[in-house]
Amino acid sequence: MSMSANEIESMIKEALPDSVVVIEDLRGDGDHYSAHVKSALFNGKSKIQQHQMVYKALKGKMGQQLHALALKTSAED
Amino acid sequence: MTELDEGVKSRIEKEISSNEVVLFMKGTPVFPQCGFSSMVSQVLSHIGVEFKGVDVLAEPTLRDGIKSFSDWPTIPQLYVKGEFIGGCDIVKEMYENGELQELFDK
Repeated sequence: MSMSANEIESMIKEALPDSVVVIEDLRGDGDHYSAHVKSALFNGKSKIQQHQMVYKALKGKMGQQLHALALKTSAED
Repeated sequence: MTELDEGVKSRIEKEISSNEVVLFMKGTPVFPQCGFSSMVSQVLSHIGVEFKGVDVLAEPTLRDGIKSFSDWPTIPQLYVKGEFIGGCDIVKEMYENGELQELFDK
């Protein structure tokens, strides 16, 4: 079970259209990525809420099809 | 997220209300079974915070239940004074910017 970087990026962008998404494939196995997501939609949201928004964008794949996503979020300045 | 069974919910509530710091993790603090759980466990020990480790691998219903309880899809999960603080990424980020130490200085 795995996902491609493009799949992850397009799912995030579908839910957070203004987002800037930088994804790094940590091990080349389609299962371990890092992602930095920047979006104005994060403004005023706690870190937990920001991460939950990204997990919702991934529609249940996080922790299932996608084992590890080291996630960093930042609101638009 | 699967529906949260009442028994599992009260089990979780009991853990997080009767222990100031609780880490739902894979494995135990001494024998963590996953890199992310190990990372958070080490960070807490490094800053001298005592915590209760709850091994979700030993209780499969808890492993899914905790994810529904906090609406968070992964393990580990850190709770302080009954409040969900975050998973590995957030705890690591808080440690790096000093927020984690501040949290325990209160």
